[in-house]
Amino acid sequence: MTFDAAKRHLLTGAAAVVGMAIAPGVTLIAPAQARKAGEPASDKVRWGLLIDANKCDAGCDDCVVACRTENGWQGHDRPTTDPQWIRKVNLKDNKTGATVSLPVMCQHCENPPCVDVCPTGASMRRADGIVLVDKHICIGCRYCMMACPYKARSFVHEDTTGQKPYMPRGKGTVESCTLCAHRIDIGGTPACVEACGAKAGKEAMMFGDLNDPDSDISKELSKRASTRLRADLGLEPGVHYRGL
Amino acid sequence: MKPILFTQVEGNSTAYWSLLGWLAAFAAAGLGATWYMEHNGHWVTGMSNQVVWGTPHVFAVFLIVAASGALNVASISSVFGRAMYKPLARLSALLALALLAGGLMVLVLDLGRPDRLIVAMTKYNFKSIFAWNIYLYTGFFVVVGVYMWMMLERRMNRYTRIAGTIAFIWRLALTTGTGSIFGFLVARQAYDAAIMAPMFIIMSFSFGLAIFLLVLMVTYNASERPLGDSTIKMLKNLLGVFVAAVLYFVTVQHLTNLYATEHHGIEAFILRDGGIYTALFWIGQILIGGLVPLALLYHPSTGKDRSMIALAAGMVIVGGLAQVYVIIIGGQAFPLSIFPGYEVSSSFYDGVVASYRPSLPEVVLGLGGIATALLIVTVALRALPFLPASLADIDVDPHYVAPPEPVVIAEEAGEEA
Repeated sequence: MTFDAAKRHLLTGAAAVVGMAIAPGVTLIAPAQARKAGEPASDKVRWGLLIDANKCDAGCDDCVVACRTENGWQGHDRPTTDPQWIRKVNLKDNKTGATVSLPVMCQHCENPPCVDVCPTGASMRRADGIVLVDKHICIGCRYCMMACPYKARSFVHEDTTGQKPYMPRGKGTVESCTLCAHRIDIGGTPACVEACGAKAGKEAMMFGDLNDPDSDISKELSKRASTRLRADLGLEPGVHYRGL
Repeated sequence: MKPILFTQVEGNSTAYWSLLGWLAAFAAAGLGATWYMEHNGHWVTGMSNQVVWGTPHVFAVFLIVAASGALNVASISSVFGRAMYKPLARLSALLALALLAGGLMVLVLDLGRPDRLIVAMTKYNFKSIFAWNIYLYTGFFVVVGVYMWMMLERRMNRYTRIAGTIAFIWRLALTTGTGSIFGFLVARQAYDAAIMAPMFIIMSFSFGLAIFLLVLMVTYNASERPLGDSTIKMLKNLLGVFVAAVLYFVTVQHLTNLYATEHHGIEAFILRDGGIYTALFWIGQILIGGLVPLALLYHPSTGKDRSMIALAAGMVIVGGLAQVYVIIIGGQAFPLSIFPGYEVSSSFYDGVVASYRPSLPEVVLGLGGIATALLIVTVALRALPFLPASLADIDVDPHYVAPPEPVVIAEEAGEEA
């Protein structure tokens, strides 16, 4: 074997080794967009929702039930203090009387006021746009609840029961929709979206990467106009609505 | 004018010890209330997911605002060089520290996780006005503590002016920070206004001086030290100016909101339709906290009557608490405007006025904070020389002229005749 041939052989081998190392990651990431454990969230993606209020029934709360079951935030039958990560809001136009119903949850803002005001940094925004509360350093000051324009956050007013291993909760801290980060990180979709889609004929909620022009949600958003709640505040929420 | 002699209070009387006992009992009750609320969780209080800051915040914000205002008397002496205020400066600084300690105690003990105070002290998000406030509050203790030392230690007296100036600037920053907690809340109709910061500063002038005046009168009465009319008159006239200034700021705040259609909802709620909040605004804040004290302080007859002046100061405090209650609780009770132009309903109380009723433990915690502040003052007055032995006009008023004795005049008149 000449020197050049030996070098070529070595390089080919090295390429094969590198290829083998990368390939599993590629196959995992490409179709399901899951992250490996320990890999930080990337700002290349921007998770978001599109909610079509025209397809949402006033009497249906499947998304709420699914979220509660998934994340274990069942209350104590005390409506003023029980947490609500997602709620159905019914609207009636003051002038025309037209009615519409839609779910409201954390809007996962690009510029979240809850993150701005949090003194310890417990309220934080992941690189991929998901807004979360770090329960370990939340001191329960509730300033984020004062700052949120969407009333998206709840304070845990009493002892918790039935906690899920992937969703720690704690008395005296603040919590809200995590966009089911634990599902998204293994390539899944939020429980509310799944529940809404499971209902025949209803697919009022759509989840996906707003940064990817080829994602279903981006394609759908580019087709027809949508609105975002309190868009005037310039917070750039990740949740879009139609039919408002 | 003679040099001022500062002395400790004797503190051996039954009255002194029973006062200490009562204050300690209230402070302990405050701690007990905290234990009850933290053990059960905040559902046992009046607060909810709609009104997240309740009565403890009203007391805490009032005390913190009043703390910076109580320092004003010292600032007028050290920064602006007014001689009549100099004998009062030590008490002013002491009261400022004590009120801040009481206020912070209430604020911290109402946290969801007060046991994580160390987290708040070690992890900072510097975009948060709360994080700035942690520095402003702890810094206030240091700055005013040093200032107090400069005043108490004769060898350090020459630095009083510079220390007092730093403390004065610091206190302006501190109250700006407290007002901005609300001023920076973009989402809520009742807040999100730059006027919050200066309004809180002028509120602090008024509340702090009212508390100072009452503490001064009670202390001098109880320790049987002379307190001259000149000092009282000077302080009550200043209080009147501050009360009027608060009314001015409140007027500007609401006029500005009334001009913009966007804010008509919240204005109608506070000024007309808000039930308890409307009553607290007009009767508590404006009448009891503003117009009546102004009349009492400036009326030719009540303005000379010490019990009426004390009453006016007490009314300013009550009105101040009402004002903070309307700002904090009333501001949260009014629903968020997420869907303008729509009638809104949900299981989470969207679109409806939130109900809030103060619970006993919340009130006890608030009173515990006041008791703690007064307890610190009571102990400190016995430990260190904060009070001038005399505040009689002849001892403190540089313009004091002894009234000619009538008998002598009669004799002189007789001789001339």
